[in-house]
Amino acid sequence: MRRRMMGEKEQERKHKVREKSMAGIKTSDKELRKVFAETLEALMEENPDVVYLEADLAGAIGTTGLFRSHPKQAFDIGIMEANMVGLGAGMSVKGKIPFMHSFGTFTSRRCADQTFLSGCYNRANIKLVGTDPGITAETNGGTHMPFEDMGIYRSFPEMTILDVAEPHLLKEIMKKMAGQYGVMYIRFPRKGKICYYEEKQTFEIGKGVILREGTDASILASGVEVAEAITAAEELQKENISVRVVDMFTVKPLDEELVLRCARETGAIVTAENHNKIGGLGSAVAEVLAEAGAVPFLRIGVPDCFGEVGDRKFLAEKFGLTAADIAGAVRKVVNKKGS
Amino acid sequence: MDFNRKEMDLLAIKIRKNILRTIASKGTGHVGGSLSIADTLAVLYGCVMNVDPADPGKKDRDLLVISKGHSGPAMYAALAARGYFDEGILDTLNKNNTILPSHTDRLKTPGVDMTTGSLGQGASLAAGAAFADQLNGSSNYTYLILGDGELEEGQVWEAALFTAHRRLTNLITFVDANGKQLDGPTDQVCSLGSIEKKFEAFGFHVISVENGNDTRQIYDAVMEARAEKELPSVIVLHTVKGAGVRKYAEMENCHSTTVNREELEAFYQELDAQADDGGKGTGKEA
Ligand SMILES: Cc1ncc(C[n+]2csc(CCOP(=O)(O)OP(=O)(O)O)c2C)c(N)n1
Ligand SMILES: [Mg+2]
Repeated sequence: MRRRMMGEKEQERKHKVREKSMAGIKTSDKELRKVFAETLEALMEENPDVVYLEADLAGAIGTTGLFRSHPKQAFDIGIMEANMVGLGAGMSVKGKIPFMHSFGTFTSRRCADQTFLSGCYNRANIKLVGTDPGITAETNGGTHMPFEDMGIYRSFPEMTILDVAEPHLLKEIMKKMAGQYGVMYIRFPRKGKICYYEEKQTFEIGKGVILREGTDASILASGVEVAEAITAAEELQKENISVRVVDMFTVKPLDEELVLRCARETGAIVTAENHNKIGGLGSAVAEVLAEAGAVPFLRIGVPDCFGEVGDRKFLAEKFGLTAADIAGAVRKVVNKKGS
Repeated sequence: MDFNRKEMDLLAIKIRKNILRTIASKGTGHVGGSLSIADTLAVLYGCVMNVDPADPGKKDRDLLVISKGHSGPAMYAALAARGYFDEGILDTLNKNNTILPSHTDRLKTPGVDMTTGSLGQGASLAAGAAFADQLNGSSNYTYLILGDGELEEGQVWEAALFTAHRRLTNLITFVDANGKQLDGPTDQVCSLGSIEKKFEAFGFHVISVENGNDTRQIYDAVMEARAEKELPSVIVLHTVKGAGVRKYAEMENCHSTTVNREELEAFYQELDAQADDGGKGTGKEA
């Protein structure tokens, strides 16, 4: 692509874009687990077929009260994740809509075959909930730090994968999950408090949301990396690099149309995800871009290694997931555009 | 190999102090299941296992697989007490770059022989290690510690079938039957019925230990298990979650909870007072 000098017109346009950008990142007074518990309760109230199966982590996700308030819909079945997925799939054949929770490691790796066969292949209607994805597992460490969950599930036909870290999005998307048939996996951090959506924002599974407009490059991010991407874009703005930020919370089915539009309109793409670089959002976007004829492209993600214990900040720095890492990647792709 | 009651009780007290110190350094952690297994670790490391703290990788060592890997603090407490590493390291639990992660990791901690943390998996790992020893004609033992909640994982019973079928008498399994899992009493979440009868039906020699926090009873059970040459043995330890520290033993749910640095001194005194009576009346009686 041709290097463009920034004309007055473009300067003006960028200024407008800036005004249109979102107010930015706020902190919610509610943790995501509270949003989850409240939304689940509302869904069960609304539809008696919505059920909740838990594998002995209700204490961790704050849903213990549901077993008492909804004894015919909420069940703590014990430490048996593979069995849980099978049970849920069986219940769904009888019309139930099971939401099933454990840590992300255990609702992906631990029950992968059950999800594939009893779930997807069997055309069941189950909603897997995996908390504390990637670095948000913090002190639970490498054994509990899923960097591979989306990669595993992305190769399962008809699977839906949702990477979420925002309260309004979580609430709205859970409603969609209950209403739409199929096998779905959602990952979110239990203690997440960051918010960036307004109450009126609506969502569709499979459709990305443009959070911020920009013209020089697009960051397609998911989960906790969305907030990092917004911060990176704000930083880059100071250098007069104008960046579009997209929340690609549906990692599968990918919003290919939007990926291609971003490539066309901004000419350079960076993906950012709290997951192994292999198999997740970056891979999905790479596949689409490569087939369409490439634009400058870089992936921010965990460099194909295992997790370990540590705090969020330490882990984000260690695995290269910070706003600064994203900004660095954007600078590189923008530079490449001209060459 | 001789059992000395006084020594073992003192070691168990030391391990408990180390557990509390370790978790206090981070402020929170898996307190209950660590305290409930302290006496067993004292017996295993104190006078049963063929291990050498100065040479953790010693070729002909016995293995310990703590399948309830969230009891890492108990392992670290025992290993430090036996001199595998400096006790000061205990204060790094779960900190950035630590060698002491929440869940036991054989690549990170000297003396940890198997990586666990995903419940159920240690059962197969231990059976595999014991099977290899059997094939090699090695005289080593493998010791496996399971949680009672952990028994809900189907993998435990797949491993049990294999262990019985192959007559792995060199594998000695413990169940830390403290009656509680993460969300509460096992009876409320998913009843296990009689753990003893279940293992018996699976073809095990079953040893039920009435007070699984009593070093003497634990030691006798291990000796019985080692004398058994026909069937693999399981030792069902009836323990108290949080045993040894009244505050935790009486807490409704002490699975993962806080330990404040300011409380440590009082806890240490409470533990020291148990040196002569084996811990009677301190929440250690099942
Ligand atoms: C496969 C798997 N599922 C869930 C967990 C989360 N988890 C950690 S400890 C625990 C409860 C374990 O209870 P129990 O085996 O009785 O252990 P103890 O009482 O000895 O602490 C759970 C559900 C896990 N570590 N692994
Ligand atoms: Mg237990």
